[in-house]
Amino acid sequence: MSEITSQSLTELVKNIKEKKISSEEITKSFVVRSEKSKSLNSYITEDFSSALKKAKIFDTKPNFDLKLPGIPIAVKDLFCTNGLKTTAGSKILNNFVPTYESTVTQNIWNEGAILLGKLNCDEFAMGSSNETSFFGNVQNPIDKDLVPGGSSGGSASALAANLTPITIGTDTGGSIRQPASFTGTVGLKPTYGSCSRYGIVAFASSLDQAGPMSKNVKDCALLQEVISTYDIKDSTSIDFKRKNYFKDLTKNIKGKKIGIPKEYRVDGMPNIIEELWTKGIEYAKNCGAEIVDISLPHTSYALPAYYIVAPAEASSNLARYDGVKYGFRSKGENLIDMYEKTRSEGFGDEVQRRIMIGTYVLSSGYYDAYYLKAQKVRKLIKNDFDEAYKKVDAILTPSTPSSAFKIGEKTNDPVSMYLNDIFTVPVNLSGLPAISIPAGVDAKGYPLGLQIIGKAFDEQNILNIAYAMEEKINFKNKITDWWIK
Amino acid sequence: MTIDLKTIKHISKLSRISVDDAKAKKLEGDLNSIFEFIEKLNELKTDNVEPLTSVVEATLKLRSDEVKSKDIRDQILKNSPENNEDFFVVPKVVE
Repeated sequence: MSEITSQSLTELVKNIKEKKISSEEITKSFVVRSEKSKSLNSYITEDFSSALKKAKIFDTKPNFDLKLPGIPIAVKDLFCTNGLKTTAGSKILNNFVPTYESTVTQNIWNEGAILLGKLNCDEFAMGSSNETSFFGNVQNPIDKDLVPGGSSGGSASALAANLTPITIGTDTGGSIRQPASFTGTVGLKPTYGSCSRYGIVAFASSLDQAGPMSKNVKDCALLQEVISTYDIKDSTSIDFKRKNYFKDLTKNIKGKKIGIPKEYRVDGMPNIIEELWTKGIEYAKNCGAEIVDISLPHTSYALPAYYIVAPAEASSNLARYDGVKYGFRSKGENLIDMYEKTRSEGFGDEVQRRIMIGTYVLSSGYYDAYYLKAQKVRKLIKNDFDEAYKKVDAILTPSTPSSAFKIGEKTNDPVSMYLNDIFTVPVNLSGLPAISIPAGVDAKGYPLGLQIIGKAFDEQNILNIAYAMEEKINFKNKITDWWIK
Repeated sequence: MTIDLKTIKHISKLSRISVDDAKAKKLEGDLNSIFEFIEKLNELKTDNVEPLTSVVEATLKLRSDEVKSKDIRDQILKNSPENNEDFFVVPKVVE
């Protein structure tokens, strides 16, 4: 049996069911490795001693019918966990202890999993490099001083470094898929309405969606099966017939039509990304898929539209952080002064920037010119996909326009940071599911991902395509444990 | 269009975020470069396009309004920035 922490989720589940290993042994292995990996800064809050206790309890009366029996899991610190501090990577929530549990995490515990701790992320999930977190940078285990991507950067880092066998992130504009791509892991953004938003710290409510991150497609399918449920507590949760994504996973994608959108060939895209995409097309063909050229004409307008819609929703969602009932409070001469100082000291620069953008585009005299305009463009972007899906079953693109960059490289230029999400944002605006799978490396050996976009509620299809392609790609992540002394 | 310092101060007021002069100056630069990027949307004619407010087409479901969480008053008050047995304390509002 290979080292416990490098086993995939499905291997661990199999081994625990066959009683080759106990939950305590597994949990201990991940705790020990996490303790040795503090310099990565993947965790905001550790819950190790409690995890070990829960593992012992599981072992005394194990239920092997569960889908995640005794499996320890660390989650993004955007999910509210009952009784355990939840910060959203922000100073303003530095001392916030939820009195309720998010539906997605509850679903995971209901299937027997055990919470290891809460993982670092960009503040309120606003960022593409995990550098906006109040709790500091996260190291990408691929190489020193390399960002893990964001906003689910701690999740991606912990997963790639084998500090957790699987994890969950959230994706508003690419926050699962981009860090997955940067760390050589798999990340799925489900259809909007597939996973409940209840108990997830809100960023942009019409775009936010939780999703699984894993080391392979099979694990991803299993976790998606667990977390995707209809939930009355989320008014945009959709009551559709969810598939047995794991059980029904197949590599048979013969005859599936996969679209290649020419608009994703953007100016200044590195050759290596172009080559990766071409290789991806060959892999898809080898799997029996049929390649179809398609057009998504409004692609280049997605990012500008996103930077109106997302900040607008954020400015409204984050109005609740006023220092009154919970969270950080600064001293003020009067109530208004207290609000203004609390928010000025409690939020970081990027969050303040976005609240101000959002406030501006929603303010009197600018609403039509910006917000309404962006919503109309959003419609055009969705129409593009609707048209394309008359001809194809899925769409294949690169996940990101580059590999992971250095810490500090893009922090002074917000627009260049935003451009990271150029291939992922159209999917959120249209509410579609998309998965990023590792597909190759650049000249420096840094991982690169390919994205498969599906029709709404067609997670099974993109998981199948990813599963088939994964076998042909045969990607092996090279992690040297450089941070362990 | 450009966003000047006066507008920055106005937005900061609306956002309830205090901004000193140095921060306003920095925000002026950042916001202008972001809006320059956003202006690209003006290339598109959208007069006859319906705005997309939500990708979910279903109508909102109703549920009965029931108390589900009980006896969590103390836990909720524990998160309060200023401790007081029964209330959330704020700076004086009424003279």
